[in-house]
Amino acid sequence: MVDHIVRSYDKDLDALERRIAEMGGIAEKMVIDAMDALSQADVALANQVVATDPRLDALQRDIEEQAILTIARRQPMAIDLREIVGAIRVAGDLERVGDLAKNIAKRSLKIGMEARVPRAIVGLRHMNDVATELMKDVLDAYAQRDTERARAVWERDAEIDALEDSVFRDLLTHMMEDPRNISFCAHLLFCSKNVERIGDHATNIAETVFYLVTGETLPADRPKGRHEYEPTGIPTP
Amino acid sequence: MTDATAAAPAANVPKPQAIDKIVVRDLDFYYGQSLALKKVTLSLREHHVTAFIGPSGCGKSTLLRVLNRMYDLYPGQRAVGEVMLDGENILSPDLDLNLLRSRVGMVFQKPTPFPMSIYDNIAFGMRLYEKLPKSEMDGRVELALKRSALWTEVKDKLNASGLSLSGGQQQRLCIARTVAIRPEVILFDEPCSALDPIATAKIEELIDELADDYTIAIVTHSMQQAARVSQFTAFMYLGEMIEFDDTSKVFTSPRNKRTQDYITGRFG
Repeated sequence: MVDHIVRSYDKDLDALERRIAEMGGIAEKMVIDAMDALSQADVALANQVVATDPRLDALQRDIEEQAILTIARRQPMAIDLREIVGAIRVAGDLERVGDLAKNIAKRSLKIGMEARVPRAIVGLRHMNDVATELMKDVLDAYAQRDTERARAVWERDAEIDALEDSVFRDLLTHMMEDPRNISFCAHLLFCSKNVERIGDHATNIAETVFYLVTGETLPADRPKGRHEYEPTGIPTP
Repeated sequence: MTDATAAAPAANVPKPQAIDKIVVRDLDFYYGQSLALKKVTLSLREHHVTAFIGPSGCGKSTLLRVLNRMYDLYPGQRAVGEVMLDGENILSPDLDLNLLRSRVGMVFQKPTPFPMSIYDNIAFGMRLYEKLPKSEMDGRVELALKRSALWTEVKDKLNASGLSLSGGQQQRLCIARTVAIRPEVILFDEPCSALDPIATAKIEELIDELADDYTIAIVTHSMQQAARVSQFTAFMYLGEMIEFDDTSKVFTSPRNKRTQDYITGRFG
């Protein structure tokens, strides 16, 4: 892309992009660490995840302020406008991802002392691995303005939804087997919901990247493969 | 109670089709030997505002000057191609130019009130085209001033000189003068570049209102202004029409890279 005639404009936009990259790195690490803390009952790591969240919140506020200031000062048009609106949206998504990871970390602290069924976590871990991969891919897609990669993430979200279904059934089985598992598994159910939402945020970011680059929106009917259990009337978390 | 069934057939009546008031096809324009417009093609939608943007010397003002044959006043300038106003080619040599200019009015960059009273500034043009009794003339002057949002400011000093008004008021006086002749199309050539933001806002508000009754073309160096007032935007560069599309499209996701570079301030 050709530089702006006013060079400080480019600096403003670069600064926004750098902050998004920083947020992305932090959020991604929080998601990984939260799941590690959960599966390894690592209290210190869980606390660390919780303690990181304010940094992410501060960055988001910072990005919003910078974006609004840039809009006011430069009246951006076309690609510049889409860049700035994109930054606001992505920052919002990443901040939520941080909250969800923090919630998983907090639950791992609660579960800590309770009886554990290690194999109950296997499915959830796998789900989290996929979500982490999507996060990583979509952040790369954002950094490289790569619409194909963004679209691939967007299409893969169905995978997480399907995994959530299987985790749900799995945990249900554990709860039926032994009522002492119920409290622990209920926490895991919420965790799986959190991971599913992290996938949704990755999808949102993918949509933002696509819009940012092309000026067009991805179709409304995203591929879905979810919630086969809903008709049974079992309430979802 | 309203009768739903009676209202139903109305839905089947086709919506009035948007009409192209002016259609420009393959227009070339020469200043002597130099080609200033190259095969320009576009149309001005009736009762809509079309903005022309582009760097200085891109031909946007030239194009505007073709639309009412203003260039005819200067030797050595000629236009080749087709400019249809309601289906009639205005480039035709046997066209009545006075009639054309009464149908296609123009407002310039710098306010150009005549050195006469506010009243006469407006009556002057009307007298050229029609003989009106005093009472009707008064009515038309008042209407034109109201139409250009100047009436309340000048109604008590219609005999004061047009030059005694502020810049923004002078520009609105010029718009009133144009409107008084009841044109069908109004061309604005950078109407706000000499005005402060408040006077600019008043002119923009006026353009919004005038679009209900007139077809409007505006040349502006302010992209924000083009984005604010127009429904269609044409980006021109070196005499060529680079992109012509809905304003909402041009300023959010233009198709052409040169358009994008220009409106985002990357043009070197």
